[in-house]
Amino acid sequence: MRLVFERRLHPSALAAWGGMGLSLLLALVMGGIVFWSAGANPFEAYAVMAVGAFGSLYDISEVLVKAIPLIFCGLAVGLAAKILLWNVGAEGQLAVGGIGSAAIALFLSPFLPPVLVLPCMVIAGFLGGGLWAAITGLLKAKLGVNEILTSLMLNYVAIYWLEHLYFGPWRDPMGMGFPGTAMFPETAWLPRFPQTRVHLGLVFCILAALIILWIFARTRWGYEIRVIGENPKAARLARMNINGYIFWVIFVSGGLAGLAGMAEASGIHYRLQQGLTVGYGYVGIIVACLAKLHPVGTLFVAIFLAGLLVGGDQLQAVMHLPSSVGLVLEGTLLFFVLGSDMLSKYRVRLKK
Amino acid sequence: MAQTVISMKGITKRFPGVLANDHVDLELHPGKIHALLGENGAGKTTLMNILSGRYRPDEGEIILGQNGVKFSSPRDALHAGIGMVYQHFMLIPNQTVAENITLGMNTPRFLLPRTKIEEEVVRLSKTYGLAVDPGAHIDELSLGQQQRVEILKLLYRNVDVLILDEPTAVLTPSEIEELFATLKNIAREGRSVIFITHKLEEVLEIADEITILRKGRVVAHLSPGDVESRRELARLMVGREVVLKVEKEPAVPGEVVLELRDCSGFDERGHPAFQHMTFAVRKGEIFAIVGVAGNGQSELVSAIMGLRPLSGGELLILGKRVHYGDRSLSDEVGYIPEDRLGTGSIPNLDLVDNLVLTSYPRFCRKGLFQRDLAAAEGGRLLSKFHVAAPGVQALARQLSGGNLQKIILARELSKNPRLLIAEQPTHGLDIGATEEVWTEILRQRETAGILLVSGDLKEVLSLSDRIGVIFRGRLMDVFSVEDEDWIGEIGPMMAGVKPERRR
Repeated sequence: MRLVFERRLHPSALAAWGGMGLSLLLALVMGGIVFWSAGANPFEAYAVMAVGAFGSLYDISEVLVKAIPLIFCGLAVGLAAKILLWNVGAEGQLAVGGIGSAAIALFLSPFLPPVLVLPCMVIAGFLGGGLWAAITGLLKAKLGVNEILTSLMLNYVAIYWLEHLYFGPWRDPMGMGFPGTAMFPETAWLPRFPQTRVHLGLVFCILAALIILWIFARTRWGYEIRVIGENPKAARLARMNINGYIFWVIFVSGGLAGLAGMAEASGIHYRLQQGLTVGYGYVGIIVACLAKLHPVGTLFVAIFLAGLLVGGDQLQAVMHLPSSVGLVLEGTLLFFVLGSDMLSKYRVRLKK
Repeated sequence: MAQTVISMKGITKRFPGVLANDHVDLELHPGKIHALLGENGAGKTTLMNILSGRYRPDEGEIILGQNGVKFSSPRDALHAGIGMVYQHFMLIPNQTVAENITLGMNTPRFLLPRTKIEEEVVRLSKTYGLAVDPGAHIDELSLGQQQRVEILKLLYRNVDVLILDEPTAVLTPSEIEELFATLKNIAREGRSVIFITHKLEEVLEIADEITILRKGRVVAHLSPGDVESRRELARLMVGREVVLKVEKEPAVPGEVVLELRDCSGFDERGHPAFQHMTFAVRKGEIFAIVGVAGNGQSELVSAIMGLRPLSGGELLILGKRVHYGDRSLSDEVGYIPEDRLGTGSIPNLDLVDNLVLTSYPRFCRKGLFQRDLAAAEGGRLLSKFHVAAPGVQALARQLSGGNLQKIILARELSKNPRLLIAEQPTHGLDIGATEEVWTEILRQRETAGILLVSGDLKEVLSLSDRIGVIFRGRLMDVFSVEDEDWIGEIGPMMAGVKPERRR
């Protein structure tokens, strides 16, 4: 008797969804083993996480706060992946988007009519992230340089640049020595929903997901991007401008990540400071993968992963477990989902 | 004959929709070079992949000495003394020759005695005339040298049976001479060599035994002494089949729609692929270019389609000079590519997306993709071309080869092109689908000039009005399909044999 793996000629929806459910279960089991080995009761730990993340309206609102940058970054990574590019530079693009919008808030807002400050910050955030990603896009489209390497390397440059600004030239002279810029004027604050920290960025990122969905289904750009991403040879035959799309898709992808930076700076921190780049760009990669690049799927996956992060923080407070357990769960989940994705393409049988 | 090293009996292998090997028998004898001759797609490589343990046969058995054996991996086959050099080499580019040669061996278990291995490699190199520096990294080596490493890898494992898949495809003429000398050396020691090829002159030069495969079946076992002429060999390989009756009026040639003036072009590796091509295709006729795959046809077609540059000459489509890199795709040119899944369609997208691939600008207005219009047109095409599909929302990869080809045909013909280029349009299709495709192509002849590129004589004879035979990138001759005396010469010409009779 031995196990044989046969490639399925037709993918099975049952296998795909069953695999998804099974991988979630397996990830929970693995996470449980981690809890147990850390000396905690796994069931109690999961209960604490669930209550911590979704137990009250305020907890849910905090999950949404964390979900906003994850949605932007997940959309950014997912958009680029649709055209077969791995943008792992969302973290850096987020940083530069933050820098761009902060420049408007700190230096230009006194000269702008108040209603224009936020729109200008949105544009600056998008352009900041987009132009940062455009370096990667240009190198890829013109010279074929691997986008994974350049976008990853630029993350470090961007993050150090951000730190240089708030430790150095843009540091708040009244800041009592704390690293960070001066607080933005109120005209540069994204409005919040009452009693919560959830800001208008939530509406923007949902809109962004719907617009991307619409572009793919209903526009010429969307059609061409889908064809290029699925079969570049066929796209070449149909005379599509593949390199042009590579550049512009990376640009827009970077812009979306830049909006995450803008939203964080202008909706949560009201300044540039440590805590702007805490890894949303990297988690965005996981979000996009788990959502299988679907824009609306990205919304739900981002909220779910934000729940893991918030719930993980609760573990630290309540059970004195390291909050990084949330990250461990995230990792195992990705591991199992990717695995089941592969496995669902095969039929497993016992053979004599 | 002498004793048998290995025999394959009744080997059958099916792939979805294809019978790759159909009850094939093969015997190997020690000290002999056995040529496995056949066209592309005849099943040679599949058969050897079975012998080398990469595939398992659906039926039939492999007998080694007295016993039946079942290989479940190439490792098992290697263990039994059978090794294969694949067409695409299996080497690690950034490791040295010696490291590649020992790769995958269980001994030595831990430390690699580098000097000892290198000495052994040098000794083998000298014995068999396979000059290569054991310390060199693979990516510094030419393809010819890499091939030597692959052969050394097998000799180092002391195999009894060496299989080489189209080994001369990547070699220069002088390297071919060296390879042949090496193979003769290897055989002289009592090992068996299997040599997969579709080139006749190589077979006659080197083989001791010949097996010819066509469409998965053995059509002949010969020894070179029995072969009266290359022509005979060519006929066996290509086959001479009854022309299927397709209703066809005589051609009424109109204006020139495609003209090549002394065109030349390169292949992927920068070698000349086709040279000094001069011909014209007129509206109302089907001009066929026939040849064994790999003689420059696909490069020629990509050049005509503007997907690769010409190195010389002029190309005129519908009277206009065309340059490489022109981005507009004329609605007046239809193209049915050879590679249906890889180039002709987008397997993971639905039939609407696939049906508009080359005409989608017609369905776009102000940047919007009018999917409803495209879907309606798609549905109409599905029924017009009798595509068996659940609906326009089915994915292209769910279709069978024949239905997928009908999708491509529907897409290209719905543009009402004035020039149609059809590359192996019925390759791998069953008879029913083949006839439907032929009928559609013939119907298009009324309004378009058609360039048909095919290796299938039956197809060429059934459809075309004029025929050009391509060999090594040059047109051997061009003649009318009415010219019955020439038809018998097509097979030999495809193999590079000039006709004896003068015109």
